[in-house]
Amino acid sequence: MLYKKGFKELSELLSDRKISSGEIAESYIKRINETDKTINSYITFDEERLIKEAALSDTRRSEGKALSPFDGIPVAIKDNINTSGIKTTCASKILADFVPPFNAGAYEKLLEKGIIALGKTNLDEFAMGSSTENSFFGPVKNPYDTSRVPGGSSGGSAAAVSAFMAPVSLGSDTGGSIRQPAAFCGVTGIKPTYGRVSRYGLVAFASSLDQIGTFGRNVEDAAALLQMISGYDKRDSTSIDRDVEIDSSKITRSVKGLKIGVPSEYFQGINDEMKTMIEGKIKELEKSGAEIKPISLKYTEYAIPVYYLIATAEASSNLARYDGVRYGYRAQDLKDLSSLYVKSRSEGFGKEVKRRIILGTFSLSSGYYDAYYLKALKGRTLIINDFKNAFSQVDAIISPVTTTTAFKIGEMSNDPLQMYMSDILTISANLAGIPALSVPAGLDSNGLPIGIQIMGNHFEEQKILNIAAAVEDTCEEISPNI
Amino acid sequence: MKIDENDIIKVAKLARLDLTPDEKDEFSRQLSGIIEYVEKINELDTSSVEAADHIVELNNVVRKDIVEKSIDRDELKKIAPDFADGYIVVPKIIE
Repeated sequence: MLYKKGFKELSELLSDRKISSGEIAESYIKRINETDKTINSYITFDEERLIKEAALSDTRRSEGKALSPFDGIPVAIKDNINTSGIKTTCASKILADFVPPFNAGAYEKLLEKGIIALGKTNLDEFAMGSSTENSFFGPVKNPYDTSRVPGGSSGGSAAAVSAFMAPVSLGSDTGGSIRQPAAFCGVTGIKPTYGRVSRYGLVAFASSLDQIGTFGRNVEDAAALLQMISGYDKRDSTSIDRDVEIDSSKITRSVKGLKIGVPSEYFQGINDEMKTMIEGKIKELEKSGAEIKPISLKYTEYAIPVYYLIATAEASSNLARYDGVRYGYRAQDLKDLSSLYVKSRSEGFGKEVKRRIILGTFSLSSGYYDAYYLKALKGRTLIINDFKNAFSQVDAIISPVTTTTAFKIGEMSNDPLQMYMSDILTISANLAGIPALSVPAGLDSNGLPIGIQIMGNHFEEQKILNIAAAVEDTCEEISPNI
Repeated sequence: MKIDENDIIKVAKLARLDLTPDEKDEFSRQLSGIIEYVEKINELDTSSVEAADHIVELNNVVRKDIVEKSIDRDELKKIAPDFADGYIVVPKIIE
């Protein structure tokens, strides 16, 4: 059962010539055909292309020309990351048939290592959502309980890794879109420092918050994939020109001598069982030599208003490009250019996207800009300072990822504000641009995964990976019965 | 502030969206709630706080002004909804 193997494990088996890329591809084709009818994690899954690419990889390896030890391993890609020649839909009607003529920077780095796109994973339309219910291609189901959501917006990428339909995957995280589904699906998900990974070719939602990151069934696998996609890209003006600094083979799995902050604000209103489990894990870290320090992130309660004002303002501007002219969906029976724009957009966008465009356009419009958008930018400064202050006292911050475990499909879909508020524990890291991850802590009494969040200072991914691995060592391995 | 259906119609026009009667009704209700909630930021004293324009140190990126190859016209033709004689076709703009 090759589909059960991890990313690094597959790489070793391939390097030792114990398996071929073709065999890996066959194993995933069988697994996905059996399982994804239930989960719906893939929007595009092309068996023929996968077999062809795997054969090319096997030829490279047999000729001694493998591009890297990972050559021939298939990786799932969130469907808002452009893949040349492979449909990139953003789970939207407006891009339902869009085949991009170029590659995203992060994906290009994977191709250089011989990695194969396993398929394109489902998401909330344009990554706007926390449940993957807002997809033009139908909702994704949680592999632990198919009546529940996998989280979002990278729900397809998280569910695919959780249900053994991919060894690792790429996602994107604007307000928790990697960490929250990782927590709900019982896998590790990491969002790096803003600027660490190129955003070139990532379809923009909120440009000052968006960042590509990774999922894996263990910390080391998620780190290995992150290491591959990190690095400067001149085509992204916010990309940072510095060394990658992430090394998945040098994760210490130790917290000895580290100061770990516990923010009281992040433990309010969370479910009891979750609180008990996470506090237990914090005690274990203390026993392993970490210094646990209570801290305060006092502007936390303002994070949601600040985030939703900034994210929707940026979205309303970014999504202006979908006008039915150059690519994407174009409405029929048009009388003039204006109706081309209006009809194509109104027919092409789903409800949540429209709701956010309206909110963003409102806060940027004349008369409201200072009171809403500008005020939110100032609030963002206060949140950034909160973290600066915290990281002057501690090495990293530990907290829950979510206030509850995975909720039921349909439970919040009619109440957007309640859905927005469920992002309270993840959005601050995006506002401050710091790296943050979610690592599984275990299962609750209903058999649903609980995640732990670890946040670090800018560029300190390696440090939070070390801590995450230490947490991982105190936990029993979990996987869904699917 | 309270958002009514007229506000929604005005903003939708700015965003080049034509909302259905149901959407207008639903959005004006929901957005009133959301706006009232985000007005929580008014509790913050930001009189001496600067706006966060960027979160990590950014430098201007410049390049030499050299003509480079971009995406082929044939590639663009494939993704355009309507294309003829080397151009993207749109409805008539000037009578």
